[in-house]
Amino acid sequence: MIHSLFLINSAGDIFLEKHWKSVVSRSVCDYFFEAQERATEAENVPPVISTPHHYLLSVYRHKIFFVAVIQTEVPPLFVIEFLHRVVDTFQDYFGVCSEPVIKDNVVVVYEVLEEMLDNGFPLATESNILKELIKPPTILRTVVNTITGSTNVGDQLPTGQLSVVPWRRTGVKYTNNEAYFDVIEEIDAIIDKSGSTVTAEIQGVIDACVKLTGMPDLTLSFMNPRLLDDVSFHPCVRFKRWESERILSFIPPDGNFRLLSYHVSAQNLVAIPVYVKHNISFRDSSSLGRFEITVGPKQTMGKSIEGVTVSSQMPRGVLSMNLTPSQGTHMFDPVTKMLSWDVGKINPQKLPGLKGTVSLQAGASKPDENPTINLQFKIQQLAISGLKVNRLDMYGEKYKPFKGIKYMTKAGKFQVRT
Amino acid sequence: MTDSKYFTTTKKGEIFELKAELNSDKKEKKKEAVKKVIASMTVGKDVSALFPDVVNCMQTDNLELKKLVYLYLMNYAKSQPDMAIMAVNTFVKDCEDPNPLIRALAVRTMGCIRVDKITEYLCEPLRKCLKDEDPYVRKTAAVCVAKLHDINAQLVEDQGFLDTLKDLISDSNPMVVANAVAALSEIAESHPSSNLLDLNPQSINKLLTALNECTEWGQIFILDCLANYTPKDDREAQSICERVTPRLSHANSAVVLSAVKVLMKFMEMLSKDLDYYGTLLKKLAPPLVTLLSAEPELQYVALRNINLIVQKRPEILKHEMKVFFVKYNDPIYVKLEKLDIMIRLASQANIAQVLAELKEYATEVDVDFVRKAVRAIGRCAIKVEQSAERCVSTLLDLIQTKVNYVVQEAIVVIKDIFRKYPNKYESVIATLCENLDSLDEPEARAAMIWIVGEYAERIDNADELLESFLEGFHDESTQVQLQLLTAIVKLFLKKPTETQELVQQVLSLATQDSDNPDLRDRGYIYWRLLSTDPVAAKEVVLAEKPLISEETDLIEPTLLDELICYIGTLASVYHKPPSAFVEGGRGVVHKSLPPRTTSSESTESPETAPAGAPPGEQLDVIPTQGDLLGDLLNLDLGPPVSGPPLATSSVQMGAVDLLGSGLDSLIGASNFVSPPAAAVPANLGAPMGSGLSDLFDLTSGVGTLSGSYVAPKAVWLPAMKAKGLEISGTFTRQVGSISMDLQLTNKALQVMTDFAIQFNRNSFGLAPAAPLQVHAPLSPNQTVEISLPLNTVGSVMKMEPLNNLQVAVKNNIDVFYFSTLYPLHILFVEDGKMDRQMFLATWKDIPNENEAQFQIRDCPLNAEAVSSRLQSSNIFTIAKRNVEGQDMLYQSLKLTNGIWVLAELRIQPGNPSFMLSLKCRAPEVSQHVYQAYETILKN
Repeated sequence: MIHSLFLINSAGDIFLEKHWKSVVSRSVCDYFFEAQERATEAENVPPVISTPHHYLLSVYRHKIFFVAVIQTEVPPLFVIEFLHRVVDTFQDYFGVCSEPVIKDNVVVVYEVLEEMLDNGFPLATESNILKELIKPPTILRTVVNTITGSTNVGDQLPTGQLSVVPWRRTGVKYTNNEAYFDVIEEIDAIIDKSGSTVTAEIQGVIDACVKLTGMPDLTLSFMNPRLLDDVSFHPCVRFKRWESERILSFIPPDGNFRLLSYHVSAQNLVAIPVYVKHNISFRDSSSLGRFEITVGPKQTMGKSIEGVTVSSQMPRGVLSMNLTPSQGTHMFDPVTKMLSWDVGKINPQKLPGLKGTVSLQAGASKPDENPTINLQFKIQQLAISGLKVNRLDMYGEKYKPFKGIKYMTKAGKFQVRT
Repeated sequence: MTDSKYFTTTKKGEIFELKAELNSDKKEKKKEAVKKVIASMTVGKDVSALFPDVVNCMQTDNLELKKLVYLYLMNYAKSQPDMAIMAVNTFVKDCEDPNPLIRALAVRTMGCIRVDKITEYLCEPLRKCLKDEDPYVRKTAAVCVAKLHDINAQLVEDQGFLDTLKDLISDSNPMVVANAVAALSEIAESHPSSNLLDLNPQSINKLLTALNECTEWGQIFILDCLANYTPKDDREAQSICERVTPRLSHANSAVVLSAVKVLMKFMEMLSKDLDYYGTLLKKLAPPLVTLLSAEPELQYVALRNINLIVQKRPEILKHEMKVFFVKYNDPIYVKLEKLDIMIRLASQANIAQVLAELKEYATEVDVDFVRKAVRAIGRCAIKVEQSAERCVSTLLDLIQTKVNYVVQEAIVVIKDIFRKYPNKYESVIATLCENLDSLDEPEARAAMIWIVGEYAERIDNADELLESFLEGFHDESTQVQLQLLTAIVKLFLKKPTETQELVQQVLSLATQDSDNPDLRDRGYIYWRLLSTDPVAAKEVVLAEKPLISEETDLIEPTLLDELICYIGTLASVYHKPPSAFVEGGRGVVHKSLPPRTTSSESTESPETAPAGAPPGEQLDVIPTQGDLLGDLLNLDLGPPVSGPPLATSSVQMGAVDLLGSGLDSLIGASNFVSPPAAAVPANLGAPMGSGLSDLFDLTSGVGTLSGSYVAPKAVWLPAMKAKGLEISGTFTRQVGSISMDLQLTNKALQVMTDFAIQFNRNSFGLAPAAPLQVHAPLSPNQTVEISLPLNTVGSVMKMEPLNNLQVAVKNNIDVFYFSTLYPLHILFVEDGKMDRQMFLATWKDIPNENEAQFQIRDCPLNAEAVSSRLQSSNIFTIAKRNVEGQDMLYQSLKLTNGIWVLAELRIQPGNPSFMLSLKCRAPEVSQHVYQAYETILKN
């Protein structure tokens, strides 16, 4: 199982190590550094590295490499999933997951890691349980602790750990009982030069924030459950009920959690809400090129498109760009050759555009590659797949909870080829 | 206020100050000090000097402080073993604490202290905790057994903890079950032979129940454990599959992949006609697609596994091509994997889409990726024949871009396309030649030179082109030099008149001015060929080349099957079996997909069972590879044997049977038979033989023609152990000649040739009487049946067991060894009928202690049937008596080496059990004769 964990910053310093079995010398990370050097960018460091005696499995999050060391055959996904869980837990505990924050909270970090694994076997990874065992630091609690001498380590057996609903602790109490659900859909798409769709799919999630007293048992039904044929559930969802009735029935964890994630890939169900008109051309003879893009709404079901940003990696030969936007602000970074344009909201009456010239470096030949345009946008109050929640019911408790459902569509990896 | 304060130091010396604080009377100060110590420890500072002071803080009822001290202990106990003993008492006391959290914590921490002296004290508390009333403590204790095993395996076995752990598999709490499974799996990994996790339908059922209720990590352990189980039939496989499928919708990708592994493996057992099979196939696609929307690291592992899955069962993802399209900001390792899978999924139906994508990728920024994309276009051309033309034109478009590395890569793949479709796309050569000057990579240059040489007759200025390369001959890499040498020789053979000078130039460059032995040798070979026999040279150099196929980049089927069993593991990421990379010392058991058994089949015929049994069992009789090697190495495995063995045979046979050898040596050439000796030379005519045995066999003359009983073929050498060669076979004896009927199957991807066989010395001198003749090369997935005649004149060495035969088979790939047990009745000779008087005399003469008695059960035949059946296998009934309602058969048989065996068979009508008494001067054969009786009578 998982032997050790090293946290490494992008400068290549190991700033935390934790061993669950015997101590593995940190020199093992040298193999990782080699791979890091070979990969041009941090994102390209291969996630599985073999060394003569160990395997290094790593994930890269928040500019930190989380490197797990294993010695025997362990499912790599198991390790990688666990590392992601570590990242999520840190974020949950400290709000952000960054090197200074981890260093500031090193004792809590250590205590949490110790609780998460025992001899390399996962022990407690549900944040609900962890928080019962080790209370997250808050300013108030630290102050109280220093005065009263009490600790942030719970001395009770975590109640959820052994019950049939390990994800929920008992004795939850709220004065305002509320349950909010966010249906968030991200469109991943590749649009080709001519504007037709190469691939498009929707990655959807339903994130919940449930603050309900006691042991509520919820059911959530959809207007069109047939859309969901490829779903992954939180362990709390009763799979049998879904199979037979297409209803989500569950006892929710306390607080924030991801109820389900789904995937819609049938092309005809994926509407593309924006289009990009582009004209980027270079001439063989001249060192000046033309650049012009326009963004417009397509299938938006009457909703407006907000938070639009356009970014594009320009070819290496580009020296500078002289552009004028019809709205928003734009920037070209001459070092990374990254063009970004913060458009804002699209007004269908007056489409935003960016127009101007591109100058190439002296002597540079016409670039070989065509830049790809990356698009970000948001549409409020719309799930682009058409998914709609029908109703939410609560059983097992007597009070009337406050319920809310929000929809949002975002661009995921939305790329337009030119 | 944050923890960073623990890192601040004062000038006085950190350790000194901490020591003072640790010994402070104030609880609060103590705790802060321990926190500082831990903080220093985490960043790698050595604070071991504070050991006694920290241990002193352990006796506290403050849980946090206790935990911190435990943390410290785990890190430093190893370096201070004597001091660590001080902590033992507290641990033992804590294991009795009323709070289960403390009990669990104590047993958990104690297991992490890797000091021998401490582990001794650990045993008692651990035993209690394994039986604790609180499941939280039990599950912690289960893991602790694995920890202890890692430190001191012997201790764990001696204390019987393994059995307790096995009992925990039936625990009522699912988490305890999961942890017990995890601990056992980890222990089993270091003892691959030990049968720690012997699964049976009952335990499987318990695991499946626990699967639904335990945490995600527990589910992974249980699923991985399930994957090692082989269901007894398709019905059981299906019911397990049904209970595992809900796991495909789990949010944890590792759970999903482990479930996929179980399903992929057990699907192997289901019949493809089953409705359920189709349903299952459909259910597998969406979760695999979903894995691709996860984080890139997860995607990478998933893609490596999908690569295996699409090779094994392409139908699962054949409609999902688009999810593998590359996004420009995917990490490079994801891009390359996606590309590979796109090619595997490419088919006539989607090739247009794929090509458009690949062309798009060829204009990206990342050079490695662009190269691979261009190469992929070539692979598509080779894979999907209908698309070849479109691929070639796409490649030509790319060459027009004049991007240097794209052009070079395109030329390399066009060479492969020429190899696959000769005489089809040569019109593009002109375009290729235009780019000659821009080629600066050896591979591209070599490819271009190959093309010029191969099509020299169609390129007008081929000589000029090649000459231009020749100028800088010594600066080229070996690859290019070799290719240039060959190309010019080809050119010379095609246009001898104009190019004599050129060829001489290259030959002298290669042979006289080069230090590279490969180049020199090739140069000399060509030179010699050209100077001695230009016609032969033409045949050799311009020979028709075998076509290449897309299979070259598939994984060998046997390896693929093994890798499917390792889905989700490191082996699946590296596409190598664990034996190829797991650290030495730990033997690795080969896994194989279960054979397809239907429930009806499995009940009826036990005889077929060995064929399907795990290969490991088959080969138990093999001694260690090492000493077998020693024995066999001095055997000549060259093209064998027909001449000399026959010559020696007559000499050795003399020892066995004078008459036979006399006849053989006198008139052996004139096709005369020496029936007494089983060692009939291969050239003997069969009809003659049968006639003669009829003559000798005056009493019955029936049934002999059919020959003795032949067991169905069993797998002797599984493909996994012989680089794709599978050998199954059986032994037959027909009218005086023994043969080994072999079935060779090529399960590798390459053609197999040059077969040869050799036996090690054995108890009865069995040896091949003729070389192993496989006439045509054995192409992949082809099977041949061969009957190899045997004689019994080889060298004799007593084997254990007596009928053990060790065989070496050679082919163009390697030499493989296996051993098998031959049934003794193939050695029963046709003249084994003893005279009545002689029988009586011999029976009395053999001492009674040589008599062996056996019981043959469940044989429903009557005396006549028994007698005639045995007769066909050369066991002759000499007399029959009826004593008190029982039939007594007196029988004799003779082995090829002249040993007589006398038998008395007692048959009671209506009772299916027979009594067999055997008398023989060499009593060690009796057991095997009895087995021969069993086989003959029961089949």
